[in-house]
Amino acid sequence: MNRFAALFNALDQSTKTTAKVAALAEYFADAPEPDRVWTIAMFSGRRPKRAVTTTRLREWAAERAGIPLWLFEESYPIVGDLAETIALVLPPPTRQTDHSLSHWINALRGLAETDDEARKAFVLDAWDQLPDTQRFLFNKLITGGFRVGISQKLMTRALARATDRDEAELAHRLMGNWQPESITWHQLIEADDRQADAARPYPFYLAYGLDDAPEDLGPPEDWQAEWKWDGIRGQLILRGGQHFVWSRGEELMTDRFPELARALDFLPDGTVLDGELLAWGDGVPQSFNALQKRIGRKTVPKKLLSEAPVILYAYDLLEDGGADIRALPLSERRARLEALTADLPPEAPVKLSPRIAFDDWAQLHAIRATARDAQAEGLMLKRAASPYLAGRKKGDWWKWKLDPLTIDAVMIYAQSGAGRRANLFTDFTFAVWNGNDLVPFTKAYSGLTDAEFRKITAWVKKNTLQRFGPVRQVTPHHVFEIAFEGIQASPRHKSGVALRFPRMSRWRQDKRVQEANTLDDLNEMLRIYG
Amino acid sequence: MADPLLTFTEQGIYCPRGDFYIDPWRPVDRALITHGHADHARWGMGHYLATDLAAPVMRHRLGDISLETVRYGEPRDIGGVTVSFHPAGHVPGSAQIRVEHGGAVWVASGDYKVVDDGLSTPFEPVACDHFITESTFGLPVFRWKPQAEVAADLNAWWAACADAGQTAVLGAYALGKAQRLLSMLDPAIGPILCHTAIENTNAILRDQGLRLHDTVPATADVDPKAHPRALLMAPPSATDSKWAAKFGARQTGFASGWMALRGIRRRRAQDRGFVISDHADWTGLLWAIEQTGAENIYVTHGYTEIFTRYLNSAGWNAQVIPTQFGSEEEDAA
Repeated sequence: MNRFAALFNALDQSTKTTAKVAALAEYFADAPEPDRVWTIAMFSGRRPKRAVTTTRLREWAAERAGIPLWLFEESYPIVGDLAETIALVLPPPTRQTDHSLSHWINALRGLAETDDEARKAFVLDAWDQLPDTQRFLFNKLITGGFRVGISQKLMTRALARATDRDEAELAHRLMGNWQPESITWHQLIEADDRQADAARPYPFYLAYGLDDAPEDLGPPEDWQAEWKWDGIRGQLILRGGQHFVWSRGEELMTDRFPELARALDFLPDGTVLDGELLAWGDGVPQSFNALQKRIGRKTVPKKLLSEAPVILYAYDLLEDGGADIRALPLSERRARLEALTADLPPEAPVKLSPRIAFDDWAQLHAIRATARDAQAEGLMLKRAASPYLAGRKKGDWWKWKLDPLTIDAVMIYAQSGAGRRANLFTDFTFAVWNGNDLVPFTKAYSGLTDAEFRKITAWVKKNTLQRFGPVRQVTPHHVFEIAFEGIQASPRHKSGVALRFPRMSRWRQDKRVQEANTLDDLNEMLRIYG
Repeated sequence: MADPLLTFTEQGIYCPRGDFYIDPWRPVDRALITHGHADHARWGMGHYLATDLAAPVMRHRLGDISLETVRYGEPRDIGGVTVSFHPAGHVPGSAQIRVEHGGAVWVASGDYKVVDDGLSTPFEPVACDHFITESTFGLPVFRWKPQAEVAADLNAWWAACADAGQTAVLGAYALGKAQRLLSMLDPAIGPILCHTAIENTNAILRDQGLRLHDTVPATADVDPKAHPRALLMAPPSATDSKWAAKFGARQTGFASGWMALRGIRRRRAQDRGFVISDHADWTGLLWAIEQTGAENIYVTHGYTEIFTRYLNSAGWNAQVIPTQFGSEEEDAA
């Protein structure tokens, strides 16, 4: 695994994108082909089926290190990564070998057929022959979750450089449910046969947030406006008499949304739609809260199907009559989409997300201000002449979201983060006043700079009132402005509300703890925006 | 039972019988100082007592102070209490302080490491009944590699930077860590430039007779072009400064025990992290405690709760002592 470890170190040790892409490109040009396929798989979030539970791994590591299990468990949150904690506590290897990445992966896959004792013997033996990085990577093969600052986009760029192929075409090849166990480098990257996989989605085109006023985008007539829906971005594929639903995170969600099977009754084969999966009721989109009940469920009980039926609110057409039409201008794709959906009956699980007509930017500003009434997060602006690109690209698609809601809250609990944020207190629980009591209502993890996190970490260490495992109760002292996208009633929370996308927007060091908002303020927001 | 010889107060570690403090963090009349780092040798004490090797740096940092010195192992009587200073191996001149009265022996070890860095007087275990230990790296995930192995990595990195026409910028704390790294560097690769804060400390230690590689002071008017293949050593706060920027294309490295953790390495966004610390690792802490033969262990700055729990489970009588040491946070270690 030395070659893979060298790649990993090169990626991990550099903070520069160009150096990372160069290291990856070199690897894709000279590593053994099966190793390349597995590398692509792992860096895009796929991993071999877990052969050993993490509970067992912890026990074995503690045993081999000669430390009590509780001490291992206390060390883990400080390191912030299980695979790394194990690699660090183990004694140094007694011998060194250099098997390939695929060798180890295949050996791990073989463990599925064996019993606990054989697995333990195998894992201990592996630990005993792998030095630092290799040992850490071996553990990662089991636990998953490689984070090396390599996005799908950078990996695709490196592949394009190594193979001299088009980046967008490669991005499309890497989509879908290919299996690293069975696919070869040739089939994945080089083969001409592209029709084999009916389920393969197109790469999603992603928008950037609009920082400036839309006036800077040029004449309004060049632009199409739509609501920005608060659902799940999805791609619906109708091919070969089958349907497939993909999330933006490349997860196949077909079984979770059985309602969409009926799309085959209303739309022709060879159709691929981009849109938003939304709960639908009373002829309008429902809040994200209604959809939330469906997330994370592999199968859906009948009751839920009728309570929160899901539709695809379609806003783009990527494949028409079996032909890839992504290169056509949006105006043309939109015209075809409108034609295709013109006669859909109300019971069809696909509906057309409307365009928003506007004459000038001033009018659009006014429309955007009403987004919450439409259950939308804001507006999307898309250039009428734009092709459907792959990945996040600047210039043609913009999301123009509403300003978030904000509330000033008191930090009452702190917990340290993981990975890059290990050993820093980054995960906080916030409360608002209810009389003289502080009622917790949300957690937030993001929004502060590293320097601010360091400062608050030093403070937490000196102001801990009580410890509950990794969680520390702290003196109520610091006030933070919490920004969020929406608010819902929630009987599961003590405060009675649940926030959408809460984060720390400002550390209000100018505010005293008494000046934080109250539960009444929160309930008022629930009344207005809930 | 007699009153304890050392107590733990708001001001720091205090000996009521001898009426003196060890590394106090608030102004007191009489302070015994283990070493010159800022969180141990603070400003404002009436009288200081430290080793002769620690004195010059303390004078440099604290100015005109009332400072008496002792040699390692030389006993002193303070109010009927016998005190002596013993090598702690942390940085040049650093000491553990032994306090004895009526047959009871306490040792306050300050900061220490147990491996010989070739520069500081090596750590010597001191037998005692009560041992006050730090726990900066008191977790089993911290285990240092031999210094020679890290030195090889460090020099390979410097040589690669030099071959690529880049300046290697190495962040290091001015007292101790910088000189230790200096001793690990191979001057055959290129010139070694030092930030003024480090160069000043180098000069003091050279005056005391420490042999350090030749260095070039990187003052404001230094011409980077005149020093190709250079390694530039600077305090951590200066490695990303405008001052460092004038050295053109460069890579930054940082040397600290904290670099053992990938999360911290990535957070600092340095090109390279070298795991080298002036504190004892897990194995070193346990070895040192074992060597003292002490039954009562007082655990200060670091992973105090976890380390104390472990010591108690392994048969010691250990307790956590609240502390204000370690304010230099991740930089110094």
